[in-house]
Amino acid sequence: MSDVTRLTAAELAEKIHTRELTAEQVTQAHLDRIGAVDDFVHTFLHVDTEGALAAARAVDAELDEGRAPRSPLAGVPLALKDVLTTDGVPTTCGSRILEGWVPPYDATVTRRLREAGVVILGKTNMDEFAMGSSTENSAFGPTHNPWDHARVPGGSGGGSSASLAAFEAPLAIGTDTGGSIRQPGAVTGTVGVKPTYGGVSRYGLVAFSSSLDQAGPCARTVLDAALLHEVIGGHDPMDSTSIDAPLPPIVEAARRGASADLSGVRVGVVSEFAGEGYQAGVQRSFEAAVDVLRSLGAEVVEVSCPHFVYALPAYYLINPSECSSNLARFDAMRYGLRVGESGDSSAEDVMRATREAGFGAEVKRRIMLGTFALSSGYYDAYYGQAQKVRTLVTRDFDAAFDKADVLVSPTTPTTAFKIGERVDDPMAMYRADLCTVPANLAGNAAISVPSGLSDEDGLPVGLQVMAPALADDRLYRVGAAYEVARDRASGGSLVYRVPELRESGA
Amino acid sequence: MPSISRDEVAHLARLARLAVTEEELDTFAGQLDVILRSVASVGEVAAEEIPPTSHAVPLTNVFRDDVVRPGLTREQALAGAPAAEDGRFRVPRILGEEQ
Amino acid sequence: MTTMVETMDYDEVVERFDPVLGLEVHVELSTATKMFCGCATTFGAEPNTQVCPTCLGLPGSLPVMNGAAVESAIRIGLALNCQIAPWCRFARKNYFYPDMPKNFQTSQYDEPIAFDGWMDLELPDGETVRVGIERAHMEEDTGKSLHVGGATGRIHGASHSLLDYNRAGVPLIEIVTKPIEGVGARAPEVARAYVTALRDLLRALDVSDVRMDQGSLRCDANVSLRERGVSEFGTRTETKNVNSLRSVERAVRYEMTRQAAVLAGGGEVVQETRHFHEADGSTSPGRVKETAEDYRYFPEPDLVPIAPSEEWIERLRGTLPEKPAERRKRIQQDWQLSDLELRDLLNAGAVEVIASTVDAGATPDEARSWWVSYLAQQANTRGVELAELPISPAQVARVIALVNSGELTNSLAKQVVDGVLAGEGDPDDVVAARGLAVVSDDSALNAAVDEALAAQPDVADKIRGGKVQAAGAIVGAVMKATNNQADAKRVRELILERCS
Repeated sequence: MSDVTRLTAAELAEKIHTRELTAEQVTQAHLDRIGAVDDFVHTFLHVDTEGALAAARAVDAELDEGRAPRSPLAGVPLALKDVLTTDGVPTTCGSRILEGWVPPYDATVTRRLREAGVVILGKTNMDEFAMGSSTENSAFGPTHNPWDHARVPGGSGGGSSASLAAFEAPLAIGTDTGGSIRQPGAVTGTVGVKPTYGGVSRYGLVAFSSSLDQAGPCARTVLDAALLHEVIGGHDPMDSTSIDAPLPPIVEAARRGASADLSGVRVGVVSEFAGEGYQAGVQRSFEAAVDVLRSLGAEVVEVSCPHFVYALPAYYLINPSECSSNLARFDAMRYGLRVGESGDSSAEDVMRATREAGFGAEVKRRIMLGTFALSSGYYDAYYGQAQKVRTLVTRDFDAAFDKADVLVSPTTPTTAFKIGERVDDPMAMYRADLCTVPANLAGNAAISVPSGLSDEDGLPVGLQVMAPALADDRLYRVGAAYEVARDRASGGSLVYRVPELRESGA
Repeated sequence: MPSISRDEVAHLARLARLAVTEEELDTFAGQLDVILRSVASVGEVAAEEIPPTSHAVPLTNVFRDDVVRPGLTREQALAGAPAAEDGRFRVPRILGEEQ
Repeated sequence: MTTMVETMDYDEVVERFDPVLGLEVHVELSTATKMFCGCATTFGAEPNTQVCPTCLGLPGSLPVMNGAAVESAIRIGLALNCQIAPWCRFARKNYFYPDMPKNFQTSQYDEPIAFDGWMDLELPDGETVRVGIERAHMEEDTGKSLHVGGATGRIHGASHSLLDYNRAGVPLIEIVTKPIEGVGARAPEVARAYVTALRDLLRALDVSDVRMDQGSLRCDANVSLRERGVSEFGTRTETKNVNSLRSVERAVRYEMTRQAAVLAGGGEVVQETRHFHEADGSTSPGRVKETAEDYRYFPEPDLVPIAPSEEWIERLRGTLPEKPAERRKRIQQDWQLSDLELRDLLNAGAVEVIASTVDAGATPDEARSWWVSYLAQQANTRGVELAELPISPAQVARVIALVNSGELTNSLAKQVVDGVLAGEGDPDDVVAARGLAVVSDDSALNAAVDEALAAQPDVADKIRGGKVQAAGAIVGAVMKATNNQADAKRVRELILERCS
């Protein structure tokens, strides 16, 4: 394995900007790594070799001319979740219905990455339309967890998180509707951030559940995530729900956190996130992490958020409802798959046949669930009530943030489960989102930072840190402090303990 | 809490334009029933006086100036179309009238 | 396909039944861009050239509200004496149809921006009727389908359809009346007067082209009957897309006579959507849907609420045009009209077009003479309202100016107007294209005069002998020779000069 792929994004950027390495060399090294291991982990749906090399060369040319780097990450490669549109590069959302679709426009996140000179290697695998917690719902086959080939990498952004753990990319973009950045981060031993809703533009993010979806950075270190967050974040007039205010000082917060001093910081432990359904090893890893935070000077308090137990049911009403409407546009008329066209078939016949053939089981299940929850006679009892729960969850957060600056919990109740284990049990699959959905319902910011390996199965566990809306900087300060302390205690970053992957042709 | 019948699932599939198979009807009827039972607890807590939250951020009045922006060319617009004819999207015959 | 439908004699209908009307008018706003994206809204552009990811419903695209459209909606609400919602949202109306790119329409549902207003209408005999306004809300238009392979572009029998999304996303305001009751036999007339008054109001607000022929103003008419003396409403039908003022009146009248026949025969009126047929003035039922529609409305998560401040609303109130009644009073004074003259102009639908022509620079007398004579004849021939003629008040004012400056004679001016009506462009375009400018070059006219005098020496002698009235024959010959493009008065002067 090339050493280049083991470097962090910050280290790579420094070497590229000081011309110790060229962006092209760095990109080529990652493309080689993808070529070697992707058959085994299957994190990419599309690798844009030519586009990536061209983007890298453009950065090199500018630097060679003596110009300042376009951004602190200029020349660093990145894996982009296949739910963000890319002008001229296929975007499938892990679905047959969009197989072969080449968008005529860039998502705002894509555009900002390109403008910052970040090199987009390709598009990563995901649960179809981001519905799932295992990446098994991809129409193009599952992604494997680099820590254990038989296990899932989490979802829906399993391709993005696994690409980091497989050293195929130092940075990735995910999207988080109910935990799809944080939960894959936790089970692959990587860092994932769900920014405050409205903090990163949704323009060009193919909508799953519009009021919950949020794109965010994935990386192997907290600082790398912060650097990426600053590139993609900030106001976008193309997204009406984008916050028209400057981003908080994220990178500064990550650097400050690295001094590993949390004196004066109040950390709230959410008492509802423990007990039944939580794997013992996950629980112990979490308790150890809280001890570490205390040792860094944080004041640890217990907080109760009594309505968080209703968050998961509310989430599984709101997301199917919005998805049933968002996915109506996939109808075989203007783009994407069209099947069932014969001499006498009507547009309606073709729509029905195409949607039946083009969507997988989980997507159909949610479309029908949402169609039901929004239908007349049921709206008030289901969708209406779920929106009231949303208010109660937000109030619980408000009360908790009166007592604490940040809240902590395990990111997900268990370590990575086996591929196939929960496929036929939707409710078991949905429980993976138990701790992550409250932040989506309330719109506030949250991060998952690796908290070591579970003592019972040796698989990664994540510590979730939640901050109030617009206070994303707190995640980075606490996350970076914890990361430094944990690395010191365990003799280096967790992700380097991932086993060697089988290389194809080797 | 009402359980969801096979007929209701068939009705939902029609509304959602999904040509589901007979086997799927059985599977989905069972699964939707389980899911609906487990999410029904939302009915327990939220009382009348709780306002619903539809948006995670409390923004209002986000407007755009009435100024033309360049869009797509016709070639770009039609590039992804399953079929096109005379600069338009070609679709199978449409049943019924415009709404 | 045609089946005989029983109808009842109108006098009998109104003797036995009491009609209740509800009118829904859709107005396309004349903003430069669409409701939720920056695409142009120009009518008649090449198909699919005014589209972008948002109005094509491409995956990942998002809507952003057009602030000018929201202002137009508020101004319309204020002009209709509505309350303006201090807080309202858009919702999604979910149903599948190929002309709707997202398969949901972004519309307002239970939170319209304007509600609970009224508008006063004056009927031809001077009676005033107050129509209650239930709501005015914002939504977006759909694309247009072209049905291929069937007879004359009809949906039935078509082999396939072709879609153009230029119109998709154009801002619409839907204005819904409260039930209009107690107007009895005058119901068809009231329906027409309402749409006319609404059109005039929207034109005065300058928010829409209000062209029924181009679909920028569309009316759906709900009609029900109840036995006289009964207070509950009967079952209503909704007749869609009635595309002229005259059709509004005819559609209401037809539905009254049809429903009355059904009820009198012991039958029940079916609640349904019906289509109006221009040719014979009848209506026929739309397709019966297999599944009852369930639009599954929910608040649009991609748009944030609208919360107009008091200051904003008051600023917009300050931009409203004069109220129609006040405007009429002022016009009557300015134009020095008797009550009867004003009534005639109102009944001819001429007041607003004349006023606009005056605003564009003509005098009231000049404007009036064009609209009540030559243009009225043209409208009559075509069976349309004055305002529906494809000539704008500004174009009429330009023709008047050309006459005043001597560049056109009255007879040439009529030819120019004909050209504009035929779609040949603005008056100046028609003058240039048809070569209609007055021949004002005296040397050219003198040549024609000399020729005419030489051709009729006897007449020339008479003129020379002092019989000035004989000049008429020569004037006629010169006019003929110049294709009527000479100023007859000037020709006469030249003849007399020559013969003196």
